[in-house]
Amino acid sequence: MERIPILQMGEFLMVTIQVDMHDKLAMSLQDDLTERISRKNAKGVLIDISSLEMVDSFIGRMLSNIAAMSSVLDARTVVVGMQPAVAITLVELGLSLKGVRTALNIERGMALLQSIRSSQQQVEDSPIEQPYA
Amino acid sequence: MNSKLPTIVKEFETQILQEWTKNQLSQMGSTDKISESELKSESQQFLNLFQISLQSGNTSVRQSKEWAPIRDYLSNLSRTRASQGFSPTETATFIFSLKKPLVARLRTEFEKSPAVLLEEVTASNELVDALGLYTTEAYQKGREELIGRQQEEMLELSTPVVKLWDGILALPMIGTLDSSRTQIVMESLLQKIVETESEIAIIDITGVPTVDTLVAQHLLKTVAAARLMGADCIISGIRPQIAQTIVHLAIDLGSIITKSSLADAFAVALDKRGLQVSSQRQKTALRGEVSAQPPLNH
Repeated sequence: MERIPILQMGEFLMVTIQVDMHDKLAMSLQDDLTERISRKNAKGVLIDISSLEMVDSFIGRMLSNIAAMSSVLDARTVVVGMQPAVAITLVELGLSLKGVRTALNIERGMALLQSIRSSQQQVEDSPIEQPYA
Repeated sequence: MNSKLPTIVKEFETQILQEWTKNQLSQMGSTDKISESELKSESQQFLNLFQISLQSGNTSVRQSKEWAPIRDYLSNLSRTRASQGFSPTETATFIFSLKKPLVARLRTEFEKSPAVLLEEVTASNELVDALGLYTTEAYQKGREELIGRQQEEMLELSTPVVKLWDGILALPMIGTLDSSRTQIVMESLLQKIVETESEIAIIDITGVPTVDTLVAQHLLKTVAAARLMGADCIISGIRPQIAQTIVHLAIDLGSIITKSSLADAFAVALDKRGLQVSSQRQKTALRGEVSAQPPLNH
């Protein structure tokens, strides 16, 4: 059975969808990705859909589901390279992918993930303020 | 056909022409759209063509080739009249006012035989009516062509996506937004975002006369689609009345950055890109100050 490869780049995972998504493939991607996030303790997921020409409501929902699941597993999702036709379709379907961050290309998507990550780290590293000290 | 109309028109062309122009002038009243001499020459040309076509004896004004010159002349005439600002009535009057002198002429000719007179009058009326209708139709057609052309031009003109800066696009919208137009606007904006890899798009609606729920919906959809692709949208040029309507219609633009002018929106866009505009003069002034005062004084 064909699968969509998941690549690792540091603490981020990268998925490039280059084939037509059918429902079974989408489900297996969902499984693989969540499994990989928890195993590698990934902090971010970048999904490149620049070669995706068509979407339906199922794929649209899958994208937002993946984002929600990753968020539960403490990883942020960035979707990059969406085609105009795909964007219009999703909007017409009423799927605005709330909670999913977007970027124009992989480069910017990576930069976005890194900036999210560094702002998170700052919060983690900064000592807890003691207002009454 | 044994109508005497052709011979009568041929014989009394000058008299008919005189009465006709007089008639037209009195019916139109004082007008500055066309001069008397112009009217006269137009009438003369028409009557001349009319007379020639009449001689053929063919009365099917609409189809026959004998009447083709007249048809051409009339469609030309109605087109120029339409562009000169004549109303349809005024244009049709040109032809219909020919009835009176024609009938008057027929009356003097056939005073002795009422039956023939009636026949001739009916025939001439039919002819003039057909010509009049043809004129009106041509006038209408000219108008429709004009409207069609303007509509096309508007569609072409209405959706320019301009690049303001590296990574900043602007879409000045002009005219009423309907579904088909918004679709084109949306597609061209998104396409341009991909082409130029712009992160920020400013939609300027200064030229949009009214915003109703449908237009607002279209705008929100465009913004949502751009966001999905990874670009931010700023809506600018919202006029006070439109702001009021938006609030009255309870349209939620909360998630979108809105600015009152394109300049404000551009400033926000530059800020987001980490750029800033500074005055050259102020800079040189500052530099001058620094150089005028030696650092030791500080």
